[in-house]
Amino acid sequence: MALDYEESKQKIIEGLQKKSKTKSKFYFNDLAKILDAKPREAKKIVTQMINEGILEFWSSGSTSMYGLKGTGKQAGAEHENE
Amino acid sequence: MAKHETPLLDQLESGPWPSFVSDMKQEAEARAKNVNNVEYQIPSDVIEDLLGVLELSYKDGETHWKHGGIVGVFGYGGGVIGRYCDQPENFPGVAHFHTMRVNQPSGHFYTTEYLKQLCDLWEFRGSGLTNMHGSTGDIIFLGTFTPQLEEIFYEMTHKYDQDLGGSGSNLRTPSDCIGAARCEYACYDTQDLCTHLTLEYQDELHRPAFPYKFKFKFDGCPNCCVASIARADMSFIGTWKDDIQIDQEAVKGYVNGEFPPNGGAHAGRDWGAFDIQKEVVDRCPTQCMRYENGKLEINNRECTRCMHCINVMPRALRPGKQTGCSILVGAKAPILDGAQMSSLLLPFVEVNKENDYQEIKDVIESIWDWWMEEGKNRERLGELMKRQGFQKLLEVTGIDPIPQHVQEPRHNPYIFWKEEEVPGGFDRDIHEFRKHHQR
Repeated sequence: MALDYEESKQKIIEGLQKKSKTKSKFYFNDLAKILDAKPREAKKIVTQMINEGILEFWSSGSTSMYGLKGTGKQAGAEHENE
Repeated sequence: MAKHETPLLDQLESGPWPSFVSDMKQEAEARAKNVNNVEYQIPSDVIEDLLGVLELSYKDGETHWKHGGIVGVFGYGGGVIGRYCDQPENFPGVAHFHTMRVNQPSGHFYTTEYLKQLCDLWEFRGSGLTNMHGSTGDIIFLGTFTPQLEEIFYEMTHKYDQDLGGSGSNLRTPSDCIGAARCEYACYDTQDLCTHLTLEYQDELHRPAFPYKFKFKFDGCPNCCVASIARADMSFIGTWKDDIQIDQEAVKGYVNGEFPPNGGAHAGRDWGAFDIQKEVVDRCPTQCMRYENGKLEINNRECTRCMHCINVMPRALRPGKQTGCSILVGAKAPILDGAQMSSLLLPFVEVNKENDYQEIKDVIESIWDWWMEEGKNRERLGELMKRQGFQKLLEVTGIDPIPQHVQEPRHNPYIFWKEEEVPGGFDRDIHEFRKHHQR
C-alpha cells in the first residue's frame, strides 16, 4: 500500500527534530526506518520532501545524507542563517 | 610575479615528469592575460589562490579544505562535490571550490567542438581546471562558486544536451570501453548498453537512496579495458559461448614471422623470432592448446577466456560467433577488508537490444532491492555479499547455483542444500537407513 504523504512527512519531521540536538544529518536508511517502509516507497516520500524544500541533501563526495533544511554546521558556514 | 610564493610546489616541477603545478601555473597565466576577453564569473586569480592554499597545506602538513556540504543543483542529490576552503580571507579565490562531475559520453566519444564548448563554459563560470577523466570516467570540472552551479547546469543541459554525473550514495556514472565502435574484440555493444542503462536509471543516478556508491562498468571483452572486474559493483564483461575462431593459415604466418605478434605492440625491442610454443601455448592458463604439425588446436571446453592467445595473434584468432556478456558482482577498492574482485554471477547472458535488455535489468533490480534493504550504511555490495554469503545473493536473484560459482570444489563450498530442496528433508527413518547401511 502506498504511504500517505502528509502523514509520512510529519513522521520524518518529528523523527529528525527529536534527534536534532545530537545529529543534523541522517542516512537514507534512518529515514526509511522512521517510516517503517521499503526503501523504494520511502524514496518517493523523501524525494518529494526534497523537492518541496523541507529536506536537503548533504554529501561528502562519497556518501550522501539528508537533513532538515538549514540545520547543521554547513548552513552556518555558508552564512545562510544570517 | 606570482600572487603567493610557492617554493615547495616549485620543487615538484623539477622532476623528470610533467607536473600538475606547471599546468596550474600555465592556466593562472592564461587567466591573467585573458586574451579572449572572457568575463570571468569567479575570481580570475582562482588558480593562484589554489596554488597558495596547497603550498600552505604542504607547509602546515594539514589540509585547508573543509569536508562536504552542497551536493548539487535543485532536485539532484549528486554530481556536485562541495568543497570550501578554511582560509577564505587569505585565499578568497578558492573560498568555494566545488567539483562538478559531468556524465561523459559513452566510450569517451566526443567531438573537439563539444570539448571546446565545455572548456569555454568552464573557463567562463569555473576555474578552467579540468580532469579528463576522473577514475570513474566522468569529465571533472574542478573549482567553482555556489552561485555558478545552477547556471552551469542550465547551459549544459539546454545548450549541450549534457547531464551531470553521479556522486555520493548514488549509481555512479556508468562507464564503458570504446567497444564495437573501434575494437574488433567487442563481444557486445558496450556503448548502447551503457547509454541505455544510464537513461533508464536516472532516478538512481541523481537521487541518492543507496547505502553507498554503486558502479556499473561495461567491458566489451575479457581484456577489460575499463577494469570493470576490479572496480565495479556490477561488471558486464563481453564473452562468447562457442569456439575461438582459428585461421590456420594466419597461425602459420605468425610462426613464419610474416606478422608481428601482439599487432606489433612490442616492436620497440628485438625479442628474437616468434615462438608459438613459448609465447602462446605454454602461456595458456588452462593448458588447453597445442601446436603440432603446423596446426593449432584449442580444447574450447577448458578455455577460461583469458584472451592471451587472441591478443598475441589477432589475425589468426578471434572470439567466437555466439557472443554476449558475463555478469560479475561485488568489486571494490580497499577501504574496508581490502580490495575485492568481482565474483561471477552469470557466465553468459545474451545482450539483447530487442527487449531493451530486460534480462539484465531484472538481475540489476533484484540485487538493488536486496542491497537497499539489507545493506548497512556505507556498505558496498561486495561487503554485503561477504557478510550474508554468495548463496543469499543467488537466492535474491533467483539464480541456480552452478559449478562456475564455486572457486575450488571441496575447499570452501559455500553453496548448501536447503531442507526443502532435499527429497524427504533432513529427517530420515533410521530403521530404513539401517536396512542398507551397517553401523
